[in-house]
Amino acid sequence: MSATSSAGNLNGPVICAGNVWKSYDKGAITVLKGVDFEAFAGQTVALCGPSGCGKSTLLHLIGGLDLPDQGRVSVNGMELNRRRNMVKFMRHEVGFVFQLHNLIADLTLEENCLLPAIAAGMDRRSARERLLLLAQRTGLEDRLGNSIQKLSGGERQRTALCRALMNGAKILLADEPTGSLDERTSSVVFDLLLDLARTEGITLLMATHDRGLASACDRLVEMRDGRIHEC
Amino acid sequence: MIYLRLILTNLGRHGIRTVISVAGIAFSVAAMLTVVTVLQGAIGMFSGILSSGAELIVFERNVSDLFFSDVPASAAAQLARWPMVAHADAVLFGVVSSADHPIITCFGVTADDARIHDADWIAGDRSQFGQLNDGVVLGERAAEFLNASLGSAVPIGHGSFHVVGVVRTKNGFEDGGVFMPLEAARSFFHKEGSSVVTIKLHNKDDIPAFKREVKQNFPNLIGLEDAEFSRSYSQFKILKATAWAVGGCGLALGGLGVANTMIMSVFTRIREIAILRVNGFSNAQIAAVIFGESSIVAVIGALAGLAIGTCALLGLKLIPALHGYVDVTIHPALMLIVVVLALLTGVAGALYPSVYAMRIRAVEALRFE
Repeated sequence: MSATSSAGNLNGPVICAGNVWKSYDKGAITVLKGVDFEAFAGQTVALCGPSGCGKSTLLHLIGGLDLPDQGRVSVNGMELNRRRNMVKFMRHEVGFVFQLHNLIADLTLEENCLLPAIAAGMDRRSARERLLLLAQRTGLEDRLGNSIQKLSGGERQRTALCRALMNGAKILLADEPTGSLDERTSSVVFDLLLDLARTEGITLLMATHDRGLASACDRLVEMRDGRIHEC
Repeated sequence: MIYLRLILTNLGRHGIRTVISVAGIAFSVAAMLTVVTVLQGAIGMFSGILSSGAELIVFERNVSDLFFSDVPASAAAQLARWPMVAHADAVLFGVVSSADHPIITCFGVTADDARIHDADWIAGDRSQFGQLNDGVVLGERAAEFLNASLGSAVPIGHGSFHVVGVVRTKNGFEDGGVFMPLEAARSFFHKEGSSVVTIKLHNKDDIPAFKREVKQNFPNLIGLEDAEFSRSYSQFKILKATAWAVGGCGLALGGLGVANTMIMSVFTRIREIAILRVNGFSNAQIAAVIFGESSIVAVIGALAGLAIGTCALLGLKLIPALHGYVDVTIHPALMLIVVVLALLTGVAGALYPSVYAMRIRAVEALRFE
């Protein structure tokens, strides 16, 4: 089943998955069963569905963290069926935000955020300017030197958001980004996510259980049993 | 800078483990430095005894030990008459024993020998050497441990000898040895020739020609330059090989320590490596972090090892019994070799952990949160 945007872009989809199959444990567990999916530049898309329906797996395939068993995934016109150039892709094309922030606890907020810039070889000054800009947008400018261990859950997730956008990725993949936050913090982080995505023209693909948050996105895509059902 | 922070943070997380790894490398480096320096010093001293300022040493071909070498007296005399030869000294090496001292090196030499000629005479007169067949000259340390002085009689083997002089030399083997007139030594050791003949030429350019002449005229003898002799003498080769083997085993153990530390380090932060990968770190960048850690361990270990080794060598120098036997001159080249070997050990220790780290798949490491 195809999930094509109603707010379609004339330039074509930036994310395109066609007949994607993925299984684990040598085929014992099939998670994705012929998924077709498209997203256009600047769209915010919520992927909803019960646990184990394949949301995270789809995000991982689109983010180049994994390869499909069958089918094709392309992002910005780049086929992700081979590992070649995957590092470059992950440095510049996509940013990840996970349910658990996945920050390095022994580094400061600033150092965590600079990791993608270091990986990409960005010069120190540009990286610092970009970080300050993002820190201002996320309200973290006073916390840059703080250890991750001293940050609240919301601050950690905002830090993860800053890090995901450090290299100017135009596609943001968020896997239950508010899943570990309380309702109020969750709302703050989600609003920030949407705001950043919309003002910077980022395509946001977010897996979530929270239908309230999902409804604020441009599109809501339902996943069930490894297949997609457009809402 | 963040690379360095990542590296230092990881090392600091398991401080004791890191310290043990550093200590492993340090003691390996110290062992290698000490053993090799002492042996090279000993070999250098022994070479010095043999050559004693000469350029060439002539001895019996294919002998396993110079104590077994027998250069006929006629050959020594013939060599001394060659026009290109400025000076030829026949020397007979032997081991003698005295009451409480089972091993004393004995040098059977002529009165013209450089060892006698150039020594610092602290008792007696050089002109007296060789005048009496039972007159011996003692090294200063030999005089001490034999409790002998000028004019006294010392029992050596089955005989008794009179001390006609005491000399001070910088070489422990000579300082703890007995110098006998060559003829007396031949008689004492029941030999007709000598162990070696040390040769000084008028012109060093004649060295190749001299070696050729020795080969043609005395098929059973061989003439070698000092450096050649040090390189080819089987006893030296065995000693050198032993020293490097001991040091190498030490470094291998140190390397295993580094490997263990690095493997544990990688195992305990699989998730962190996955995070780096998600943030665009390439295999090379992840390996750089691992190699960086092992390199720091190796560098600190090597520096600590150099310090420990140097202290150990200085300590050896202070032991009176070893005075003159241990040359503790540390050669910069040896230090460089040891440090490079330590670094290579560190790198080798990080090879498997790096490969393991590079194989970590972010999707699997991050799936179970």
